[in-house]
Amino acid sequence: MDQIPLSYSLGLSALLFGIGVAGVIVRRNAIVLFMCVELMLNAVNLAFVALSPYAGLEGQVFVFFVIAVAAAEASIGLAIVIAVFRSRGSINIDDMRTMKH
Amino acid sequence: MAIQILFFFFAACAAGSALAMITRRNPVACAMWLIGTFFSVAAIYTLLGAFFIGIIQILVYAGAIMILFLFVIMLLNLGNDYEDDIRGTGWKIMAGGAGLLITAFLGRVFAGETPMPLGREAGPAALAGAQARDGVVGLIAMPLYTDYMVPLQFTAILLLVAVVGAVVLAKRKV
Repeated sequence: MDQIPLSYSLGLSALLFGIGVAGVIVRRNAIVLFMCVELMLNAVNLAFVALSPYAGLEGQVFVFFVIAVAAAEASIGLAIVIAVFRSRGSINIDDMRTMKH
Repeated sequence: MAIQILFFFFAACAAGSALAMITRRNPVACAMWLIGTFFSVAAIYTLLGAFFIGIIQILVYAGAIMILFLFVIMLLNLGNDYEDDIRGTGWKIMAGGAGLLITAFLGRVFAGETPMPLGREAGPAALAGAQARDGVVGLIAMPLYTDYMVPLQFTAILLLVAVVGAVVLAKRKV
């Protein structure tokens, strides 16, 4: 039975996580930052699923919890983005420096 | 062999869409490329034998969460008059360096000979056996509603708090 080696899927997971980190560093738009965080959560989910046949099948249950927390995080984060946009007229994170000094 | 070719195809789609997501300037294009990444990752879940997780990925991530993102982008009218939000060359070099560093570090950790509780040889055969015994959904549902009952209830409370918090935050006046 042919199958995907564990190292391939874990390598893809590492690559997606690295792309997410690079996106968080290089972008200024708060919504795109949230998308990059979602990409990193997806990379973690991929590692969970790839490892689950080797390290315990409950790994797939944890993917469920990660997806639920991601949904909660996205809704709260986007509500904060809307509130910030309403008070400042911009969601550029470089404009948010009230607490800088 | 065919499954590996499919894996490489979808892995290339996922990585390419993710790279396009962080380099496009229009937020709507970013969201669309991210949906492409989610679909590719869902296909990879299916190739790995996690069929139910693959469907949930499409339903919840690509269906619900990304619709929320697109809805907010259109609500704030960022699709038309978006500003260029990609930082300068120094930041780009730093981002590329950090991304490569973290990828290399994670790759090194993953490539290490960490001991596996079920053994290195368990593999997809164990997963297929468990799915044949419990069913594709039962494999997840049985532990979810027995061993992980308390975390499940806490997740429910978390989602309730998130709903109430989102409404309170987004309302103009409470």
